[in-house]
Amino acid sequence: MESIGLNHFLVVSAILFSLGIYAVVTRKNAIMVLMGIELILNSANINFVAFSRYGNSGLGGQITALFVIILAAAEAAIALAIVLNLYKTFAHVNIDEIDKLNS
Amino acid sequence: MNDIILINISIITLLLPLFGFGLIILFSKRFPKLYMLGIGLLIVNFVLAVILLYAKLSNFLTQDINFQFTWIDFGNVPYLGNVHIDLGLKIDNITVIMLFVVNLISMLVHIYSLEYMKGDKRFNRYYAYLGIFTFSMIGIVIANNLLMIYIFWELVGLSSYLLIGFWYEKKSAADASKKAFITNRVGDLGMFIGILIVFTTYHTFTFDSIFEQISNGVLPFDSNAWLTATGILIFMGAVGKSAQFPLHVWLPDAMEGPTPVSALIHSATMVAAGVYLSLRIFAMLTADAMLVIAVVGGFTSFLAATIAITQNDIKRVLAYSTVSQLGYMVMAVGVGAFQYAFFHLITHAFFKSNLFLGSGSVIHAMHHEQDMRQMGGLRKKMPVTYAAFIVSSLAISGIPLTSGFLSKDGLLAGSLAFAHLTGHWLLPTFGFLVALMTAFYMFRLVIMTFHGEPRNKEKYNHAHESPFVMVLPLIVLTALSLFFWYTPNPVGPEQGWFLSEWVRPAETVVPQETRFDFMKTTGEEVSGHSAGAVVFSEEYEHAMHWAHIPTLILSLLLGGLGILFAFVIYHWRKIDPDELAEKFKSLYLFSLNKWYVDEFYQATFIAGTLKLSYLLSLFDKYVVDGIVNGTAFVTRGISTVSGIFDKYVVDGLVNFTAFLSGLIGLGFRRLQSGRIQTYLVLVIFSLILLLLFFEPF
Amino acid sequence: MNLYDLIFYLFAAITIVSAVIVVNAKNIVYAAFSLMFTFFGVAGLYVLLGADFIAIVQVMVYIGGILVLLLFGVMLTHKITSVDIKTGTVQLIPALIIIGIFAAVLVGLMYSTHWATKPAEIPVTTTKSLGNLLVTEYVLIFELLGILLLVAMIGAATIARRDGEK
Repeated sequence: MESIGLNHFLVVSAILFSLGIYAVVTRKNAIMVLMGIELILNSANINFVAFSRYGNSGLGGQITALFVIILAAAEAAIALAIVLNLYKTFAHVNIDEIDKLNS
Repeated sequence: MNDIILINISIITLLLPLFGFGLIILFSKRFPKLYMLGIGLLIVNFVLAVILLYAKLSNFLTQDINFQFTWIDFGNVPYLGNVHIDLGLKIDNITVIMLFVVNLISMLVHIYSLEYMKGDKRFNRYYAYLGIFTFSMIGIVIANNLLMIYIFWELVGLSSYLLIGFWYEKKSAADASKKAFITNRVGDLGMFIGILIVFTTYHTFTFDSIFEQISNGVLPFDSNAWLTATGILIFMGAVGKSAQFPLHVWLPDAMEGPTPVSALIHSATMVAAGVYLSLRIFAMLTADAMLVIAVVGGFTSFLAATIAITQNDIKRVLAYSTVSQLGYMVMAVGVGAFQYAFFHLITHAFFKSNLFLGSGSVIHAMHHEQDMRQMGGLRKKMPVTYAAFIVSSLAISGIPLTSGFLSKDGLLAGSLAFAHLTGHWLLPTFGFLVALMTAFYMFRLVIMTFHGEPRNKEKYNHAHESPFVMVLPLIVLTALSLFFWYTPNPVGPEQGWFLSEWVRPAETVVPQETRFDFMKTTGEEVSGHSAGAVVFSEEYEHAMHWAHIPTLILSLLLGGLGILFAFVIYHWRKIDPDELAEKFKSLYLFSLNKWYVDEFYQATFIAGTLKLSYLLSLFDKYVVDGIVNGTAFVTRGISTVSGIFDKYVVDGLVNFTAFLSGLIGLGFRRLQSGRIQTYLVLVIFSLILLLLFFEPF
Repeated sequence: MNLYDLIFYLFAAITIVSAVIVVNAKNIVYAAFSLMFTFFGVAGLYVLLGADFIAIVQVMVYIGGILVLLLFGVMLTHKITSVDIKTGTVQLIPALIIIGIFAAVLVGLMYSTHWATKPAEIPVTTTKSLGNLLVTEYVLIFELLGILLLVAMIGAATIARRDGEK
C-alpha cells in the first residue's frame, strides 16, 4: 500500500460528494436535503485544502475553503429560514409534495 | 352640315333605343311609367332620322358616307398576311330611307301599343323588347360590313323571338316563337357559311372592299361557281328572315305575337331586312344566283298568294300576303329590278304595317276576335280604320294613285322585261297571277270584315272606333300609301324623285361572263368606289319600255278583276263561296292547309330528326352511358381498393406514428415531474455521460 | 504504514461511515448527530492536510453553528414527541443506480488521475499567514463576505418572521 497522497484525500472527497448528492436526490425532508448540501460543501472544501497542500501553491486554497465555510453558514441560515416558512405554509417540509407551480 | 355630324347622328340613332331598352329592363320595377321614356326616345330617334334623311338627300345626294375603324387587329397571321376586323357605318341613300321607315313605323307602333297593349302585365317589358328590336334593326341598316349585319341579324332574330313569344303563357305563342327562331337558324347557317367563305377569300367583311376585290378579279376559290354559291348562301339568310320558300312557315305562325309587333317586325322591317341584305350584296350576285333568287321569290309569292285566298284568320291572310309581297321583292332583286325592289320594300312597309295596325284596330274592337267569319259590317262602326284599310288594300292590289301601284307596276314590268330578254316567262306569269290573287284576297278580307251584315251580333254591338293613339298611326300610314310622296306622276314612277334621284341604279362587280347580257357596265365611276354601276343595255331599255304599257294594262285589268271577283263572291253573293270550295275541294283544301308544307316538314324533317334523335338516344343510352358507367364501375373498384389501402396501410402508418409518439411522450412525460430532485438525477446522469465521453481513464 | 497513514484512515473512516449514516438515517435527529461526526472527521482531515486554522473554523462554524442551526430547524419543523420525525425517501432505486455509477466514475477518476503534485512541505502553523492574507490580498472579498453575512442575517430574519409581526 502506497503512502497517503493527494489521491486518497480526493477519493474521500468524492465519496463524500456522492453521498451528499444521494441525500439531496433521495430525501424528502428539506432539512435532510440541506444536510446533503453541507456534505457536498465539505467535500469541496477537502478538495480545496488538499490541492492547496499538495499543489504547494500557497494558502489560496485554504482561504477559499474559509470563504466556502462562511458562505455555507449564510446559506444554512437562509435555507433554514425558508424551511421554516415552508412549514408555516404547508405544515410539513417534504419537498416532493411542494409542487404548486407544477399544476 | 358635314359628314362627321351625319355619322354621329346615326350612331346616336343606333344607341338611343338600346339605352331605352337597358333603362326599362333595369328600372321598370321602380318606375312603372318608364315605358313613356321608350316612346320619348323613339320620337327623338325619329326626329334624328328625319334630319338624317333631309341632310343626306339635300347635301350628299350622290355621295356615300363611310365611317370605319379597326375593331380587332390580329397583326400578321402566318400564311394569311395581315388580318384585321373592321367595323363601320355606310350611309347612303337607301340607308337613310330605311332609317326613316324603320324609325317612323317603330315610333308609330310605340304610340299605337299604348292603347293596344293597355293593361298588359308586362307592359314595360314589351317596350323594352321593342327598343332592342329597333336598335338591332337600325344596326342592320347602317352596317357597312357582313359581320355587323350578321350580329344585328341575330339580334333581330332574338327580339322577334321574344316578341312572338311575348304571351308565352299561350302554348301556341311559345311554339311559334320557337319555330320562328329555329327556322331562322336554318337560313342563318347558310348565311354564316357564306360570310365565312367571303372572309376566307377577302380577309374583310366590309362590302366596299369585298366588291373592289371582286371587280379586280379575286374570286372565292378562283371559281365563278363559288361566287354564285357564296351569293346564294348569303341569300339563304334572307330566305330565312324574309320568309321565302322553303323557310316561309314561321311567318304565319309568328302572328301569335301582339298585332303591333306583327306590324313592326313581321311586315315592315325585320322581314324586309332579308330583301335589304339582298340589295346590299346585289353587286356580287352572278346571273345564276340571281336566277335562283328570282325563282325562289316568284314561287314564294305564288305559293303564299294561293294560301292567302282561303285563310279565315284576318292576321293570317295578312301574313301570307306579306310572304307573297316579300316574294315579289325578292323576285325583283333576282330579275335585276334593283330600284323597284327597294321601292316596293318601302311602299310595302307603309301599307302593310297600315293593314296590320288596321287589323289590330279591328281585333281590338272585336275583343281579340281574329276570325273574319265572326266579323262583318264594321264599316259603319269604324270609319277611319275602314278608310285606312281601303287605301292600303288598293295600294297592295296595285290600283293607280297609290304608292303600291307605282312599285308593283315597275316590278312586274321588270320581270316582264327580264322574261322577254332571257325567256323565263314563268316569272312574270307568277307575278301577274299573284297580282290577281292579291286583289282578290285583300278585298275578300275587306268585304268579310267591313261589309255586309254583322255575323256576330254580340261582338258587333260592342265594337267601336279605336281611340286616337291607335287611329293616328293609321292616318299617317294611309297618307304615306299615296303616290305623291314618291313621284309627281301617278302612273310613271321613273320620273319621280324617288327613283331618279334618291335610289341610284344598281351596281355589279361580278365578272362579265357571269352577268346577264343586259347588265353591262360602262366602267364609269358613278358612285364613290370603283364598282361600276349597271348600265342596262339598250335592249333592256327597249324591253322595259315595251313592258311598261302591257304591264300597266294587265295589272290594272287583273287587279280590277280580282276586286270584281271578290265583290261578286263575297258581297253580292252571286256565287256561293262554299259551293265554290265544294267544287274545287281538293284545291281548296290544298290551299287551306297551306300546301301541306308544315305537314311535309313534320313528316320529314321533324319526324326524321325525332327518329334520328331516338337512335342517337339509344346509342347514348347503351354505348355512351355504357362507357360512362363502365368507367364509373372501374373507378369505383379502384377506389375501393385504394380505400382499403388507405384505411389500413396509410391510416395504419399514421396511427402507428401517433401511437408511437404518444408512447414516447408518455415515457418522457414522467421526466417532467416538476420535482427538482428528479431533474437533479438526470443532471447527474448527464454528467456521467459527459465524463465517460471525455474518457478520463 | 506509518502513524500518519493510520490517522488518515481513521478520520476517513469516521467521515465516510458517519456520512453514510447521515444519508440513510430514518430519524432526522440521528442524521444530525451523525453529521456532527462527519464534520469532525473532515476537521481531522484538515489537520492532516496542515490546515489547522481551517480545521478549527470547521469545528466552530459547522459543529457549533450550522449543525445547531439544523437541529433548531429540525425541532421547529417537527413535533419532537411524534414519530413523524422520521423522513421518507423518493426515487430510491434510480438514484442509487445513477449515484452508484457516478460515485464509481468519480472515485475512479480521482484515484487514477496522476495529479501534478509537488513534494509535501513540512506543515507549519498557518493562522498568522491566513490573517495577513485576509487583510491584505483578500481584503475586498473578506469585507464583501462580512456584508453578505449581514444581509443573510437580515434576510433570514425577514423570511422566517411570522406574518403580522411588526
